Amino acid sequence: MINQIGNYSLYISLIASFYLIFQSSILIRNNFKYLDSKIFSVLSIQLLMVLISFFSLIFGFVNSDFSNETVYNNSHSTKPLFYKISGSWGNHEGSLLLWLLVLVIFLFIFLINSKKLSTKYRLLTVMFQEIIIIGFLFFILFTSNPFSSIFPIPKEGMGLNPILQDPALAIHPPILYFGYVGTSIIFSSSLSALVCGSINKIWAEHIKNWIIISWVLLSIGIMLGSIWAYYELGWGGFWFWDPVENVSLMPWFCLTALLHSVIVLEKRNLFHSWIIILSITTFLLSMSGTFLVRSGILNSIHTFANDPSRGVFILCFLFFLILLALFIFFIFHKKNSTSSSNFYLLSRETSILVNNWFMMFFLSVVLIGTIYPIFLEVINGSKISIGPPFYQKLIGLFLIPFLLFMAIGPNLKWIKSNFNKINLNQLVILIISLLISYLLVRFYGSTFVLAIPLFALGFFLFILTIKDFFFKDSKLSKKISHFGFSLFILSILFNGVFSKEFSSNMKVGDERVFMNKIIKFENIKIIEKSNYKSLLAEFIIIDNQDIINLKPEVRIYNQPKTLTSEADIASTIYSDNFLVFNVIKDDGYYNVRYQYKPLMMWIWFSIILISTGGILGYLKK
Amino acid sequence: MYGKKVKLRAFFILLIFLSLILIAFLAIKSLEENVVYFKSPTDLKNLSELDSKKIRVGGMVKENSIITNESEINFIITDFKNELIVSFNGSIPNLFEEGKGVVAEGFLKDRSYLKAVKILAKHDENYMPPEVSEALKDNKQ
Repeated sequence: MINQIGNYSLYISLIASFYLIFQSSILIRNNFKYLDSKIFSVLSIQLLMVLISFFSLIFGFVNSDFSNETVYNNSHSTKPLFYKISGSWGNHEGSLLLWLLVLVIFLFIFLINSKKLSTKYRLLTVMFQEIIIIGFLFFILFTSNPFSSIFPIPKEGMGLNPILQDPALAIHPPILYFGYVGTSIIFSSSLSALVCGSINKIWAEHIKNWIIISWVLLSIGIMLGSIWAYYELGWGGFWFWDPVENVSLMPWFCLTALLHSVIVLEKRNLFHSWIIILSITTFLLSMSGTFLVRSGILNSIHTFANDPSRGVFILCFLFFLILLALFIFFIFHKKNSTSSSNFYLLSRETSILVNNWFMMFFLSVVLIGTIYPIFLEVINGSKISIGPPFYQKLIGLFLIPFLLFMAIGPNLKWIKSNFNKINLNQLVILIISLLISYLLVRFYGSTFVLAIPLFALGFFLFILTIKDFFFKDSKLSKKISHFGFSLFILSILFNGVFSKEFSSNMKVGDERVFMNKIIKFENIKIIEKSNYKSLLAEFIIIDNQDIINLKPEVRIYNQPKTLTSEADIASTIYSDNFLVFNVIKDDGYYNVRYQYKPLMMWIWFSIILISTGGILGYLKK
Repeated sequence: MYGKKVKLRAFFILLIFLSLILIAFLAIKSLEENVVYFKSPTDLKNLSELDSKKIRVGGMVKENSIITNESEINFIITDFKNELIVSFNGSIPNLFEEGKGVVAEGFLKDRSYLKAVKILAKHDENYMPPEVSEALKDNKQ
C-alpha cells in the first residue's frame, strides 16, 4: 500500500516535470513579464510528491516492510531504529531518491529566492533543472526503483552492512548530496544566464550564495566521510586516495575555483566564459561522481551493489547534459569586448587566476589517478592501481608555489598593485618560517624530501593569515577560511610527516615496546549484544608517566554475517593514539595495529573553520 | 611593434603552454613510478623475468594455510591452479580469512614467494574483488 503511494507519487512528479518544461517554454516564448502562478503551484505539488515518496520509503524501512525489495535487501527487523531510518538512504535506490528530493528542494528554494531577477532567467533555470530532474526520475523509475516489490514476502531482511551502521555515515550522504546537488542549480542558472546574456555583477552576487552553500556542504560532507573512514575502516588516517574519495574531491576543487573567480566577476566584471565553464564542469563532475560510484566501474571499498545497466544510463544522461551545455555555450556565448582592457599582471585578479590554475592542476592530478586505471583496462586489459605516492608527489610538489601565492595573493590590490607592496615584513616572516621548519625537521627527523619547504610555507601562510586578522582591509569570512586552510595544511603536514605506526601479532598478556612506549595486551572478553557479539580487548599504553587505556573491539554481526573492527582512539589536542585489532585465526594470536597520529583533531577542526568562513560569507552580505 | 595587451596575452599563453608541458611530463613520470600491476599466481608462473617493482596478487587464501607468529603472518594465495606463499608483517583487514578472497601488495622474492607490505580484503562477505573473480574464472575454463 505505502509502496504503491511512493511509486505513484514519483510518476506524478514526472508528469509535473513535463508540464513545468512545457509551461515555462510557452511563457518564455510569449515574453511574460511575471512568473505564472501555475509554475509555482505545480512545483509545490512536485515537491510534495517527492517528499511523500521519500517518506514512504522511510516508513517502509521503519516498519520493516519486507515486501519492498529495497527494504528486504538493506534492512533487518532487529536493527536499531536510527539505522533503519538512515538505512533508507544508505543504499543505491534510496540514495538516488534523496538526490531527486534535493534537486527539487533546491529548485523550490531558488524560485523563492530569485524574485528580484528577470522572469526569463528564472523560467529558463526551472526548465534546465527540470531536465535534470526528469533524467533522475527516469533513472529511478526504470533502473533502480526503490519501491519494487517481491513476492512471496520474505520473513526477514538481509540486513545493512554493519560498517554502515554508524552515526557519521548516517548523516554523511545527505550532507554530501546537498553539496553535490547544489551544483545543479549553479549549472542550470549559469546556462540560463548565458542564454539571457545576463552574466554580470548582479548575477554574480546571486549565484555566489549557491556556490558558497554547495561548497560548505560539500566540504563538511567530505569531512564526515573521512572521519568515518578513519575510525571505522581502521585504516588510521584521514585520506587514502581511494577512487571514491577522489571522486568527491574533484567537484570540490572545481567549486573552490568557482568560489574565488565569481568574486572577480562580482567586483571587476571579468572571467565571464571561465565562470560558465567552471559551473558546467562542477556539476558534470558531481554527476560523474555518482556515475563512477554507482556503476561499479571503480574498484573501491565503496562498491557495495551495482548493476551495469545503471552505469550505461547515467553515462548516456551525462553525455546528453554535456552536449546540451556545449550547444548552449557555443550558440549564446558572446565575446565581451569591454573586459580585459585593464588587466594587469600584478593584481588581485591575477592572484585569483593563479589560484584557479592550481585548482585545475590538482583536479587533473586526481582525475588522471582515478581514471587512468579504468582507461588502461579498456585499452589493453591490464589491471593496475595507482598508489598514494603518485598523488603525494605531484600535489606535494605543487603545494609549494601554491602556498606561496596563497600567502601573497590576497594582499594584492584589485586592478593594479605595485612591487613595493611585497615588503620586507613578509620576507622576514618567510625567513623565520624557514628557520622553524628547518629546526623542526632536524630535531624530529624526516625522510620526506619536501618536508622543509612545505613546513616553511605552511608556517609562512599561518603567520600571515593570523596577521591579517589585525587589518580591516578585507572580509572576516575570507580571513577565517584562509586561516583555517593554513591550519589544515600544517596539521596534515605534521600528521603525515610525524605519524608513527606499529603492528604486531599478540597474545593476551603480551607486551611490546615501540618508541619508548610499552603496549600491553591485558585482557579480552566476549559480550553478547542485541544484534552482534562483541570481542572487547583491553590494552594499556605506558608512555613515560602517562597510562592510556584503550578498548578496541571486534564485532561479529549475524545479519549479514560480518566482522568489523572498532578502533579505540584516545584523542588529545596534541595527538591521537589509535589502536585496532583483528582476529587472525583461532590460535590465540590477534593482529594489533597501533598508530600515533599528531594533531589529528586539528585536521577536522580546521575543515570546520574553513566551512565556518563560508557560512559567515553567506550570512554577512 | 605590438601593443602591451598583445604582449601580455602572448606571455600568458606561453606560460600556460610551458606549465602544461611540465605537468604532463611530471604526471607521466610519476605514473610510471607508481603504477602497481595486478597479477594472479598463474600469471606469475608464466612470467618471463622477475620484476623488482611492487605488484598486487589476488586470489583465495588457501584453507589451513595461515600460520602466525609474533611478527609475521604467513599464508598461501591460490587461484586453484597455482599457489603463492605470502609473508606479511603488518595489519590485516577484517575480512582476511581462510577460503576468502584477498589481495596482497608487495615485492616478489621469487616466482612463488611474495613479501607483502599491504593486505587488502573487501568489507562485504559476499564481495569478491573483480580482479579475483576474473582470475578465478579464467582458471576454471
